[in-house]
Amino acid sequence: MSNLFDLLVAGLATGAIYALVAVGFTLLWQTSQTINFAQGEFVMLPAFLMLAAMHAGAPFWLAIILGILLSMILLGLAFKMLLVDPMMRHGVLPLAIATMALAIGIKEAVKQFFSAEASPFPSIVPTGDISILGHIVSLQSIGVLALAILAVFGLTALLSRTSLGHQMQAAAQNPTVARIIGVPVERMILLTFLINAFLVALASLLITPIYLAKFSSGEVLGQAAFIAAIVGGFNQVRGAIAGGLLIGVLDNLAASYVSTQYRAAVPLIFLILVILFRPQGLLGRAEERTV
Amino acid sequence: MSGFAKPLKIALGLAVIAGLIVIPMNFNRYGLFILSQWAVMTIAAMGLNLTLGYAGQVSLAQGAFVGIGAYAAAIMTTHGWPLPAAIVVAIILSFAVGWVLGYPALRVQHHYLAFVTLAFSTLAFLVFRNESWLTGGIYGISNIPRPHFFGIATNKPLPFYYVCLGSLAIVSLAVWWLIRSPWGRAFMALRENPLRAQSLGIDTRRYTLMAFAIGSALGGIAGALYAPLTQYIDPVPFNLSLSLDLLMMVIVGGAGFFLGPFLGAMIAVLLPEWLRFTEGYYLMLYAVAVILLLIWSPTGILGILDRAMAARRTKAASALRAVAKSRLETVQ
Repeated sequence: MSNLFDLLVAGLATGAIYALVAVGFTLLWQTSQTINFAQGEFVMLPAFLMLAAMHAGAPFWLAIILGILLSMILLGLAFKMLLVDPMMRHGVLPLAIATMALAIGIKEAVKQFFSAEASPFPSIVPTGDISILGHIVSLQSIGVLALAILAVFGLTALLSRTSLGHQMQAAAQNPTVARIIGVPVERMILLTFLINAFLVALASLLITPIYLAKFSSGEVLGQAAFIAAIVGGFNQVRGAIAGGLLIGVLDNLAASYVSTQYRAAVPLIFLILVILFRPQGLLGRAEERTV
Repeated sequence: MSGFAKPLKIALGLAVIAGLIVIPMNFNRYGLFILSQWAVMTIAAMGLNLTLGYAGQVSLAQGAFVGIGAYAAAIMTTHGWPLPAAIVVAIILSFAVGWVLGYPALRVQHHYLAFVTLAFSTLAFLVFRNESWLTGGIYGISNIPRPHFFGIATNKPLPFYYVCLGSLAIVSLAVWWLIRSPWGRAFMALRENPLRAQSLGIDTRRYTLMAFAIGSALGGIAGALYAPLTQYIDPVPFNLSLSLDLLMMVIVGGAGFFLGPFLGAMIAVLLPEWLRFTEGYYLMLYAVAVILLLIWSPTGILGILDRAMAARRTKAASALRAVAKSRLETVQ
């Protein structure tokens, strides 16, 4: 049984990171109908921004702050103003294709300007093991889990308890009515892009020490976040959180109980089943369809 | 394109076809390879254009069908079967799998459908990689022979380029005929308004499945040509990014336009080659070009032309109206 416990802890830790990325993904979808196919690359990039800051001589803490700020400018502000704003009125598909092209662009830029090799990345959580209930658990897993849970709780508190959060939700649910009652919808949409940029930067900080910084690492992450978002419910923040944790655990269990060759297939088959039998996601509401 | 006079259009088309036959005759091996690749990818993109552009069903799995076709052809031709037989098997196989993949489209639409097909695409990649008894696993299948037609060997790049070009011509004619048949009109009805299509007595269920199956079958043909073109296949080219690339080709060229896939494949296959002098930057420039194009014209390159034609027609029409009006006034 100890094996199962370890797997669950490790699964929850990666799952919590998936949840961060998936929450950002659903936020963008809700406020601006952006399906961001570059979300995985968005997670890959901040680690390289931080590494670049460190190469320029900044200490780790300063590099983290610079990395997060730069991601919010590049992946939040610039992404919205330069790509999403001009394309939003054209509908979902052209914008989704543009983000696919953006994903190629980011990957190639990192490969060209930084390195095609995987680079090690310092961990924000001290490495080592601690013992919980007689089980040896890596401190990194616990730290990642704790930080991710903190971020997710902070975000849900922001969305459900503050006036700002209510305005954001109003802007997402019904922009027209929100505008009538005086919600600055445009500013709220920008805010969700900044929050998404912050979340991916945080996820980058947490996951890169585990998987190394590599230009291609966004592909796997992006896909895991997609699956998490859809499984949990495309239009629900708490759905994305549950989906992230579930996919993380499922992925880890599949790796040791199903063949390692087909571990990646388990979440995919799960995804297909969820879409076919409960398309609104496990926790989502059904979306209304217009004719 | 209806702004052109018909004879002019035919002359232009014939000139392009003649150019595609004559000009590559003194191309080197690599140039011919790229051009053959363009022909193959155009076939795959045409299939996706049927599914997406005409029938309005989003699919992120076209790359998987290219893979299915490529493996079918590689396995059969290395076991001594002729390529045409392999192409037939590739068509049947991808038609059947595409038909099955169409079933989710009966339940879910748009982005959900995109994600189901995305999941299928990745699953297919896992099968190509892991079932090494059949596909050779990560080592792939090498020494794929090129076919003999009427006693002529197509081992050399130029004859095989003509095989690809000929196949492209046959597929183009078939698709041209299909989109003008009642089926093509049913596909478009499905895209524009499925509910209204159903109320007019179109069996939307059958046509949705057909749109997937036929589109996938074209992907299979492309794959069956891709295998003898490269003469070596492994799972890597058939991962998700091929599906995404094909989708980009269709959208960039102009989804729902007959000539869209030709232009889209040209941009996706040839533009990176032309940009190769920029060395490491060429894919970045390609990405930026695609984004800028989509910002300018979300309906792709042919969307620009289409709008320009429409604008010219409105101008001409309003000029005619003005003339008619002034005549009326002079009569009074």
